Amino acid sequence: MNFNLAPNTNKSTTLTMKKSKPERSTWSEFFVESSIRVVGFSTIGFVALIFLFLLREGLPIFYEISPANVFGTRWYPTFDIFGSLPLILGSAYVTVASILIALPLGVCTAVFVREVAPQWTREILKPLIEVLAGIPSVVLGFFGMHVIAPLVRINLDAPTGLTAFTGALLLAYMSLPTIISVAEDALDSVPKSYRDAALAMGATKWQTIWRIVVPAARSGIATAVMLGMGRAIGETMAVMMVTGNAARMPLSVNSLFMPVRTMTATIAAEMGEVANGSVHYHALFGIGIMLFILTFCINLVAAKAIFKKRYRGGLR
Amino acid sequence: MEEGKQKMTTQDDHPSSVLHPPSSEIRPQTEASERIKVEGLNFYYGAKIALSDISISIKDRRITALIGPSGCGKSTFLRCLNRMNDTIGGTRVEGSVLLDGRDIYDRGTDVVELRRRVGMVFQRPNPFPQSIYENIAFGPKVLGLHKNKKDLTDIVEQSLRGAVLWDEVKDKLKQDALSLSLGQQQKLCIARSIAVKPDVILMDEPCSALDPIATLQIEQLMQSLKADYCIVIVTHNMQQASRVSDHTGFFWLGKLVEFDNTERIFTRPRQKLTEDYITGRAG
Repeated sequence: MNFNLAPNTNKSTTLTMKKSKPERSTWSEFFVESSIRVVGFSTIGFVALIFLFLLREGLPIFYEISPANVFGTRWYPTFDIFGSLPLILGSAYVTVASILIALPLGVCTAVFVREVAPQWTREILKPLIEVLAGIPSVVLGFFGMHVIAPLVRINLDAPTGLTAFTGALLLAYMSLPTIISVAEDALDSVPKSYRDAALAMGATKWQTIWRIVVPAARSGIATAVMLGMGRAIGETMAVMMVTGNAARMPLSVNSLFMPVRTMTATIAAEMGEVANGSVHYHALFGIGIMLFILTFCINLVAAKAIFKKRYRGGLR
Repeated sequence: MEEGKQKMTTQDDHPSSVLHPPSSEIRPQTEASERIKVEGLNFYYGAKIALSDISISIKDRRITALIGPSGCGKSTFLRCLNRMNDTIGGTRVEGSVLLDGRDIYDRGTDVVELRRRVGMVFQRPNPFPQSIYENIAFGPKVLGLHKNKKDLTDIVEQSLRGAVLWDEVKDKLKQDALSLSLGQQQKLCIARSIAVKPDVILMDEPCSALDPIATLQIEQLMQSLKADYCIVIVTHNMQQASRVSDHTGFFWLGKLVEFDNTERIFTRPRQKLTEDYITGRAG
């Protein structure tokens, strides 16, 4: 690939270089440019290879066992029962619950940081929120296991504190930094002219924020939610540590306060002890494919929202 | 000099026929009451002085134009009249701005009520990214001016009629306001500002983003609004000032150089600087 492109680049650089710089530098230009090109394309190549590997290892499950088994409601690898539905629902349950918790908190925090907080508070809060994103998930999982889980158990009078709700709380906390900073950018990009117009009509600061600024930033806030969801659904360690890992169908609201098992936790927990090339092995990669498709769709929706926002920006 | 005097008398004999469209002729111009009185106004951005010692009296039911080169302080002055400059940090005001005899910079002033009474139309049309209806209804809603939904719909209709936009949009009130043309958007902004029943409308270069036809429509609209409101317009277009206004103030480097009847300013200004500016020799 690199070889093909080389003559072309060389020609164009020579043309521009001739005027000002000596001949020697065209070679260093060429060298730098082509090595950057190689690195860039190889990154894309690696991602493609990983995806191919995932497909090669995971696709066999869809013809090794019946589709009814693959999308069944029971996950018992020991008996060759690989129903992925409880895992998919488990992931969905925990993720949606975490977003429901994180969305109001995140948007309110973003509004506070961007619209209400004085300059010095904002300067402290913004880096602090970014630091939150850097806490290792295993540390959070540990915290969740020993602090949040007992609290949940005692307060809800449940048999165990390791529940979907506990996982949702932790995931909400983990997706908050993403939601806050993206939502804050969205608020920031609302033109000042909207605020001016609202204030000039006699709206108070709060009326301006809630009725004009936040609605005008809604596509950006939606993006924030999607990105937060992407973060939550792919999270493994913290979730595995606090959700109890029982592969059962979460069908009622009550299931929120019972153990569930997510797709990521299943892969992480079982991949280490599975025979290479076995049906179970393929089943785990199959779940990996589903997870990949899910996150891909979420990111696609988020990207679309971002694109829409830019388009609107162009109209202003 | 003799020639100038000659010209002056003919102008005085036919005061409004040339400079004003018919609508203002129908209504005889009686002596207008004073709406806004500014005395010794200084305005600072940080340590930098932007306006110094401005005194001016603005009449009700008249159009007052403020002209001057870019950066001369005319927009800043306009924003002093409804305290929009409060939203910019590090600014400071000295002197007094009396609205119907009460200083709007008094400690006890209700800024929200002040801004309801002194509406503003901005340089670029800035409708909210909501429906046409919601744009107009926003002001009455937040201020609680309506008793029920019927009331609100009436206010929306009256405001749109007042801004001569009703016939164009009455069938698409639910449409996104950003789908209107720029001229219509600006009329919508005017309708939005009259929906809260103000006394004064401030216009900050309202036509600078518009094409000539839309500009003409806005100017006609201003003439019809003049019957009910006190209008202050900032413009860098001198023809516009001479076409639409009754009084004109000329700003230069943060000072009000001259303030008089529009005809007087454009035919025989007292100051050399004013004359140089309107004839294009300065600025």
